[in-house]
Amino acid sequence: MMNPLIPLFVAVPLAGAFLTMILSRFITAIPRYMALAVLLFLTFISFWSLITGGDGSSVYTLGGWEPVEGVPIGLYLIHDGFSALLLCLISLVGLMSVTYSVSYMARYTSENYFYSLFCLMIAGMNGVVLSGDIFNIYVFLELSAISSYALVAFGVEKNELEATLKYQVLGVVASLMILFAIGFIYWSARTLNIADIRTVFSAGYDNSYYLLIQILLLTGFGLKAAMIPFHAWLPDAHSSAPSPISAMLSGVLIKAVGIYVIIRLFFNMFEVTEGMSIVITTLGALSMVVGVFLAIGQWDIKRLLAYHSISQMGYVVMSVGIGMILMARGIRSEVAALAITGGIFHMLNHAAFKGLLFLNAGAIEYSVGTRDLREMGGLAKGMPVTSATSLAASLSISGIPPFNGFFSKLIIIVAAVMGRFYFLALLAVVVSIITLASFMKFQRYAFHNVEPGKIRNDIKEVPAPMLLSMITLAVICLLLSLLALPGLRETVLSPATDILMDQFKYSSQITGM
Amino acid sequence: MTVIVKKTTQLIAGIVFLYGIYIILHGHLSPGGGFAGGVIVAGSFILLILAYGSDFLNLVKEERGSTTYENLAILVFLFLALTGMVAGAGIFFANWLPHGTPGELVSAGFLPLYNIFVGIEVAASILTIFLALIIFKEEVLK
Repeated sequence: MMNPLIPLFVAVPLAGAFLTMILSRFITAIPRYMALAVLLFLTFISFWSLITGGDGSSVYTLGGWEPVEGVPIGLYLIHDGFSALLLCLISLVGLMSVTYSVSYMARYTSENYFYSLFCLMIAGMNGVVLSGDIFNIYVFLELSAISSYALVAFGVEKNELEATLKYQVLGVVASLMILFAIGFIYWSARTLNIADIRTVFSAGYDNSYYLLIQILLLTGFGLKAAMIPFHAWLPDAHSSAPSPISAMLSGVLIKAVGIYVIIRLFFNMFEVTEGMSIVITTLGALSMVVGVFLAIGQWDIKRLLAYHSISQMGYVVMSVGIGMILMARGIRSEVAALAITGGIFHMLNHAAFKGLLFLNAGAIEYSVGTRDLREMGGLAKGMPVTSATSLAASLSISGIPPFNGFFSKLIIIVAAVMGRFYFLALLAVVVSIITLASFMKFQRYAFHNVEPGKIRNDIKEVPAPMLLSMITLAVICLLLSLLALPGLRETVLSPATDILMDQFKYSSQITGM
Repeated sequence: MTVIVKKTTQLIAGIVFLYGIYIILHGHLSPGGGFAGGVIVAGSFILLILAYGSDFLNLVKEERGSTTYENLAILVFLFLALTGMVAGAGIFFANWLPHGTPGELVSAGFLPLYNIFVGIEVAASILTIFLALIIFKEEVLK
C-alpha cells in the first residue's frame, strides 16, 4: 500500500519556507502563522500516517519509476514503523517550539528569516528520515545542517558566532566523511539505494573496504549525533542558539540526522557484525558516562542540559548496541528486541523532556535575563508554571516513576541484565543517579534556594504561548509512559523494532525479492 | 575599471547570458542543464557588476529583487512537482505531459520546465550570495 501523503512531509515545509519569505514583504505578521500552520499540518499527517500505517511500511516511488528486474532505479521515500515515530517526534516538538517562539522571538529582529529557516530545517529532517537513498540522505542532511548553522547564529553576538563557527567546521568535516563513504559505496556497489546496497553487499564484499566505509559513516554521523569523542561542538552550539532552536537541536536534530541514520544504516544497509556492534556499544557507554560527568559541574543551565543530551543519547546508542551484539551472536533474539525497543523508546522520551527542559531554560532566561544558576534562586514563587513543568521534566530525565524516563531506562537496564551485560547495566544505573543529582542541583539553585537579601519579587511568569507549549510537553512526558503498557508497546514500538531486527524485510519491500 | 575592461564586458556579457540560456534550454538533450546554465547566467551579471563597480547599482534593492526571484522559482518548481499528485499517475514528480519525439527541443514532458526554473533559481541565488558579500563588505568599511 502506498501512502499518498508521504511527499508532503518534505514539500509542505519547503513551500512554507519560501512562501513565508515572499508574503512577509506584504504582511509582517505572516511568518509565525505560516510556520504554525505548516507544523500543525505536519503533526496531523504524521500522526495520521502512524495510526493508519499499522505495522506495514509504505514505499513511495518518486516520479513513478518502478524497479526493473529487482534493481531500483528511481528515488524512494520509505515510511515504516521506525521513520513514522521519528516523523511524529519532529512535527510535535517542532509545533511546540514554534508556539513558544511566537512570544520568545518577539525580542529579535528579522522574524521572517527565523521561521523560514525553521521550516527548512524541518523539511531537511523529514527528508533524512523518509529517504531510502543514501545520497538523498546526504542532501537533506546538508539542508537541515546549513539552516541550523544559521539558526544557532541568530542572535549575532560574539559567543553565538563563535559557537556557530565551531559547529560549522565540525559539521563540514562530518559531511565530508559521509560524502567520502558514499563515494566508496558507489564505487564498489554501483548503486546508492540503501536496500540495493544491502543486496549487492550480501553477495560478497572485500572485508577491509567494507570496514573503511562503516568507520567513515560511523564517524560522520557520530559527529552529527555528538557521540563522546566527537562532541566538542554540541555544548556551545546548543547553548548559544535561541531556546526554541536549542529545543529543536537537542530534542530532534541530533536524533534525526545522527542516531536515526546510524541505526538505519547499521541495521538495514550493513550486515550486523559483532566487531562493529561492540564499537557502537562502547561509544554509547562512553558518551553516557563522560557526558554526565561533564554535565554535573556546569553552572550555565543550557550547557548543563546540552551535556545531558550527550549522556542520554549514550543510553540510546548503548541499548541499541546491546541489541546489535546479541543479533550478531545470534542468541537471545527476544532480549535483543527488548534492548532495541528500549533504545527507541528512550529516544522518543528524550525528545519530549529535553525539549521541555530547554524551553524552561529559555523561559528563565526570558524573565530573569541570565543563564547562570548562581544568579538565580527562589524563582518558584514568581514562575509557578515554569517551575512545575521543569520539575516534571527533571523527574523524567532522572528516571523517577511515573514519568516516561523511568520506563525506558527500566527497559534498557532490564535488557542489559538479561543479555548478561552486567557492567553496562551497573553503569546505566550509576549514570541515572548522577543525572538525578545534577537535576536536583538545577531545581534547587533555580527555583527553591532563597538566600536572604536576594529575594526577587520582580520576576513575572512568561506569556501564554510559552506556557501553553511547556504544559503540553509536560503532559506528553506523562503520556509517553503509557507506551510501556503491553498493548500500546506492541502497536507503536514493535513495528520499529521489527523493521530493524528483520534482516531482509527492509530491502525486500523495495527490490521485491 | 578602465574603458577597455568596460567595453569588453559590455560586448561579452550579452553573449555569456545567451550561452547560459542555451545551456538551460538544452538541459534535457545535452550535457549541462538548469544548474550549469544558471551559474553562467549569474556569471554575466557578476561580470557587469565587477566591471562597472558596485556604486553603479542600488545593491540592496537589487538583492531584494534577486531573493524574490529565487523564492518564486522554487515555489513554481514545487508547484510543478505537486501537479503530478493531482494529474496523471497521481505521483509526486510524475511526468504527465506528453513526451514528444526524443531529441527535439520541445520534448521530455516536464524536464525542460524543471530545467528552466532550476536555472532561474540558481542564477538568482548565486547573484544573491554575491550581492550579499558586497553589501557586507561595504557595511564593514562604513
